Amino acid sequence: MRETFLTTVEEIVDADPDVAVVLAEISAARLAEAARRHPDRVVNVGIREQLLVSTGAGFALAGLRPIVHTFNAFLVERAFEQIKLDLVHQDVGAVLVSYGASYDMPAEGRTHQAPGDVALIDSLPCWYVHVPGHPAEAKRLLLDSVPGDSRVYLRLSADQNAEAHLGVGFQRLRTGSRGVVLAVGPMLDRVLAATRDLDVTVLYASTVRPFDAAGLRAAVGEPADVVLVEPYLTGTSAHQVSEALADIPHRLLSLGTRRDSEVRTYGTRADHDLAHGLDAGSIALSLKGFLRG
Amino acid sequence: MTTTATGYADLPRLISLMTGDDKHHAAAESTVDVIWVLYDRVLDIRPENITDPARDRFLLSKGHGPMAYYAVLTAKGFLGEAELADWSSARSRLGHHPDRKRAPGVEISSGSLGHGLPIALGTALGLRARGYAGRVVTLVGDAELEEGSNAEAIAVGARFGLESLTAVVVDNQSAGLGWPGGVACRFEVEGWATRTVSGRDHDALYAAFTAAHPGRPLAVVAVVEPKG
Repeated sequence: MRETFLTTVEEIVDADPDVAVVLAEISAARLAEAARRHPDRVVNVGIREQLLVSTGAGFALAGLRPIVHTFNAFLVERAFEQIKLDLVHQDVGAVLVSYGASYDMPAEGRTHQAPGDVALIDSLPCWYVHVPGHPAEAKRLLLDSVPGDSRVYLRLSADQNAEAHLGVGFQRLRTGSRGVVLAVGPMLDRVLAATRDLDVTVLYASTVRPFDAAGLRAAVGEPADVVLVEPYLTGTSAHQVSEALADIPHRLLSLGTRRDSEVRTYGTRADHDLAHGLDAGSIALSLKGFLRG
Repeated sequence: MTTTATGYADLPRLISLMTGDDKHHAAAESTVDVIWVLYDRVLDIRPENITDPARDRFLLSKGHGPMAYYAVLTAKGFLGEAELADWSSARSRLGHHPDRKRAPGVEISSGSLGHGLPIALGTALGLRARGYAGRVVTLVGDAELEEGSNAEAIAVGARFGLESLTAVVVDNQSAGLGWPGGVACRFEVEGWATRTVSGRDHDALYAAFTAAHPGRPLAVVAVVEPKG
């Protein structure tokens, strides 16, 4: 997915003189040729993430469309005030593209894990948040994000599903009667595995902000039983579900990365899936405990 | 825009409309001479060209204490004198920290320290990519310079040879831990052209802002009275 992003961003910067790409060392070697072709529009500020975001804001103030990229821990968490003030408060747009997800580099430890990134972005108004589950979705969402001056957070991940789902809004992949499971981005294939023998509706989202409340409303019964499976901090979209279903009786189970403790384990992504209860088996167990009938 | 203000001599009166103090206090505003010289003699920023993408830009990074800024914007026709006395009220578009979405002529919303110089660097890069010759000048305080984000921009501004970028540091010796050796050397060591002048001497400020500095960004350290 990251490779697809880098190939696509190179095509974009070649084709569109309005686009600037701002990097903080991460991926700079891969885009060195593009930087040679467009030295004024592909810039690497070194390991300086505050400046990374502010530079993007400055490009926007000068009328260009910035694509700003590094690992999510440094892009969103380290430079959060720059996102809040230099982008949102100045009211300029940017396409922020992160790599690293919640634990894409598990052997690197906690310093390279940012499961709270979407929750942080969600604390600010007016963002599109895309969590693609397939390289083809990442490419489509990136290309869609370039025109205009909106604020976009595109969260790339090492995890991906077998197939791309290129529809917009919450896409209904399976229909059942015992509840609705909303799978976000790379969570889809494990949700499909966990629900293989369950009579549930499965919705898929590669875009979580704006939240497709109408799509969720259309899929639920009454009373509504909803399971949210997100590849980042547990319950990040719970308030959106609550708002979407405010006037009907509903129950909600939120699955995602743990809030109660740091997972101080190295190992593989599969090890971390287990630790957070986000592998297919753990998801199936959680569903059996929650669903009625 | 109706205004009766015409020039530098009006600034103390305009400032006192906001501060309510006597003009003694108003004249002591640390930034007033620097901002005046920039708008009056150095930069081409007028209500008529404020939407021109190629325009010069002034980014007030030290957004705290913006009375001198509002006074100059009033004298230059961006704001109306009648609105100054009511500043910071719920009806006013002028707050204790400026808001670019509300106050005409204001290029960035500031208040949190250490944002103006990094944004100015990105703006200068953007203007260069566009082929525009506009200058980008940002005003920071010597205490504000303590924010580490400035160090990031100081290093990179020189590496990128951003000749159109100017940082003016109004130095009232208010940095809590001081700057041994002076403010200018922080810029010099990274490759900026630097000038240290009196922040009250209009001709010296003008000369500092307009002397050639090919291929390098410019830092002007404008020294004023120590913060009292």
